[in-house]
Amino acid sequence: MLILCLLLVTAGGSLFLYKWLDLGVPIKADNAIGAWTVEARIRFSAQSGKPVKVRFAVPLRPPGFALLDETFVSSGYGLSTAVQDGDREALWAIRRARGEQELYYQAVVYPARDTAQSTGSRPPSVEPPQFSDAQAAVVASLVEQIRAHSADIATFAVETLQRLGARDNSDINLLLTGDDSPQRRAEVAAGILATANIAARPVYGFQLQKEGRRLPLLTRLEVHNGERWLSLDPLSGAQGQPDDFLVWSRGKPPLRDSDGVRHLRLEFSAAENTYEALAAARQRAAERGSLALQFSLLSLPVQMQMVYRVVLTMPLGALIIVLLRNVVGIKAFGTFAPILIALAFRETRLLNGILLFTGIVALGLGARFYMERLKLLLVPRLASVLTVVVLMMAMLSVLTYQLGIGAGLSVALFPMVILTMTIERMSIGWEEAGPREALQQAGGSLLAASLAYLVMTERQVQHLVFMFPELLLIVLAITLAMGRYTGYRLTELRRFKALAG
Amino acid sequence: MITFPWQRARALRAHGVLGMNQRNGDFIARVNPRRLYPLVDDKVRTKTLAQAAGIQVPELYGLIAIQHQVLDLPKLLEGREDFVVKPVNGSGGNGVLVIVGRRKGRYRKASGAQLTEDELEHHVSNTLSGLYSLGGQPDAAMIEYRVKVDPVFEPISHQGVPDLRTVVYKGYPVLAMVRLPTALSDGKANLHQGAIGAGIDIATGLTGRGVWRNEVIDEHIDTGNPITGVQVPQWETLLELAARCYDISGLGYLGVDFVLDRDFGPMMLEMNARPGLNIQIANQTGLLPRLATVDAHGRQGASVAERVAFAQERFGRA
Repeated sequence: MLILCLLLVTAGGSLFLYKWLDLGVPIKADNAIGAWTVEARIRFSAQSGKPVKVRFAVPLRPPGFALLDETFVSSGYGLSTAVQDGDREALWAIRRARGEQELYYQAVVYPARDTAQSTGSRPPSVEPPQFSDAQAAVVASLVEQIRAHSADIATFAVETLQRLGARDNSDINLLLTGDDSPQRRAEVAAGILATANIAARPVYGFQLQKEGRRLPLLTRLEVHNGERWLSLDPLSGAQGQPDDFLVWSRGKPPLRDSDGVRHLRLEFSAAENTYEALAAARQRAAERGSLALQFSLLSLPVQMQMVYRVVLTMPLGALIIVLLRNVVGIKAFGTFAPILIALAFRETRLLNGILLFTGIVALGLGARFYMERLKLLLVPRLASVLTVVVLMMAMLSVLTYQLGIGAGLSVALFPMVILTMTIERMSIGWEEAGPREALQQAGGSLLAASLAYLVMTERQVQHLVFMFPELLLIVLAITLAMGRYTGYRLTELRRFKALAG
Repeated sequence: MITFPWQRARALRAHGVLGMNQRNGDFIARVNPRRLYPLVDDKVRTKTLAQAAGIQVPELYGLIAIQHQVLDLPKLLEGREDFVVKPVNGSGGNGVLVIVGRRKGRYRKASGAQLTEDELEHHVSNTLSGLYSLGGQPDAAMIEYRVKVDPVFEPISHQGVPDLRTVVYKGYPVLAMVRLPTALSDGKANLHQGAIGAGIDIATGLTGRGVWRNEVIDEHIDTGNPITGVQVPQWETLLELAARCYDISGLGYLGVDFVLDRDFGPMMLEMNARPGLNIQIANQTGLLPRLATVDAHGRQGASVAERVAFAQERFGRA
């Protein structure tokens, strides 16, 4: 037992020290902050017997960023790239493919302000816009009006966007064809500007503000003022590109065309990482022929990395539960339910999470007490409480959204089943052992969840376990050692107070 | 003066108080083989086991194992004025329903509260779906004889039957207490539900001071009668019965619950493979020294009589 623990600590510790001291893997989370790994994942099912072709735009000199490293992952596919007018396309092709297919594009980018001008200062040729006759007439009159209300190219573009924002105008509706999205507005605005002989194009990309999977694709409008490209918000017309907006493609949306595929899905994800320090460490590892980093979690696709960033902190959460239960002796519902609640807090942040948890459990408890009078059997009763919980969540989300509080929106992943079980156990505890005991247990669960949350979401902690998963061996050793802790629990010191004198 | 946690821990250690972690890690895990748990967790099996060994138990009137049988409940209860409904795999007294009488199709609890036929059936259904069972698995409900209070305990129990809990270690009774129901505990004899626990001198069977919640008391909180110095009838027989439970269950660390019936004498209610630690508070003494005594001087294969004699000699109140 002791030997096993020592062995685990030695193994975990020495691997950690080797990677840290010898290979120089950064132990601080904020080394070289600001590098991002971005990834596009295209999934589809191939139509059998047909050749498959997918044309997809990939970033080229995105303003405000430098492209460090690129990888195309597409086993068996032929790949070619072509650059045209500040836009780059990758073409994946294969003669025969069967079933579900996945193509990846991965790139590491980091902010580099001085490259902002490099998007091409030569005024590009203006493509003739594609409007129907009726639309062309509207555009022609619009261009006249806008010209009268603007001084230069920039104000012309802003005025155009503002006019497109007039919702009740039937002319505008004709142009937008009922699609009032930012993307459509940017595209139509580009068309109008082209009619006035101004080079303009919609650009597509996403916000790198936060790490995430399934990042939504956003659109902006770029207008060339004769010297350089200006970036405008298609809704407000505000000028200037936000710092963290990564331009993915220009002119047309990233997914261009495809042959022989069905159910085409495209997903973007991004993860912040410590590229520079890590790149150096990798290089050192490669020079010495060390495999320590080649088989690290960083070799996984970004999406999977994101999952592991969370999953790897779970043993720490479990360790906290062990400490709280066996050393402190708090009472809580379920063994690992607090960890699941803690994971849910990730979506809502701590304070909102606690409020949400308390609110829903309190309301659910009310519903549950009412159901007690209906004398339902256990499983149908649980199912009913679950339904009530889900409905309450939905109502809460709508309510908070209407009130303009964002927090309610991210509750979707709050573990309803755990909430339901908590409500059920709490109501039974309430009746059997009294409200005091029930509230104590609920409080204990919340306390455990909050502590687990604080540890599991700490940036530095996440970074450490992700870069050095071997540290979990040490966590395991501590947990094993705790398994043989036969001393008093802190709460027992109080419980047996009468026996101490 | 402030007591620091470690000072308190040292004081508790000095008094030989057994904590939850140590109970689980050093005793239950060591002397209670997992495979034997079902014997004591399943109260019907415990009953059969005890009966086979000649130990009296409350008569089983009927067992309801599937939802459909709930419909037969009225027939099963026909002619029974009073009875107890219990989950077969229950723990800590949860889900125990004591019916003391009937009137006009309604069932009366010890507290006087009335239950309709529907409510009783609902309770049984809940029991079947595992509401009160260990770990929440589907369970069965048993309906059995309601024990009548022995006159000795009448003055110091409120609407219920006190039970006698003995911790038996490797066959030696080491610590005992009587649990007295109160109004708060709703006639149940479980300390965490508000019953009073009073230590019993192993040597003589005389009760000591009691503990209610966290207070030390000398009188019953509802009846006001003294709870100290009460002689438990047939104490030696009770010790022997408790010691025998070790032989029939095979569990080295065991809590056994007996009741004294007015008409039938000692009856075994249940055995517990994870008996609680409150018995130490009730007795104002720690378990560890006694467990150590048994470990050091207890003899494997000693007869029941020998073990009881050993316990009475060693564990008497000085």
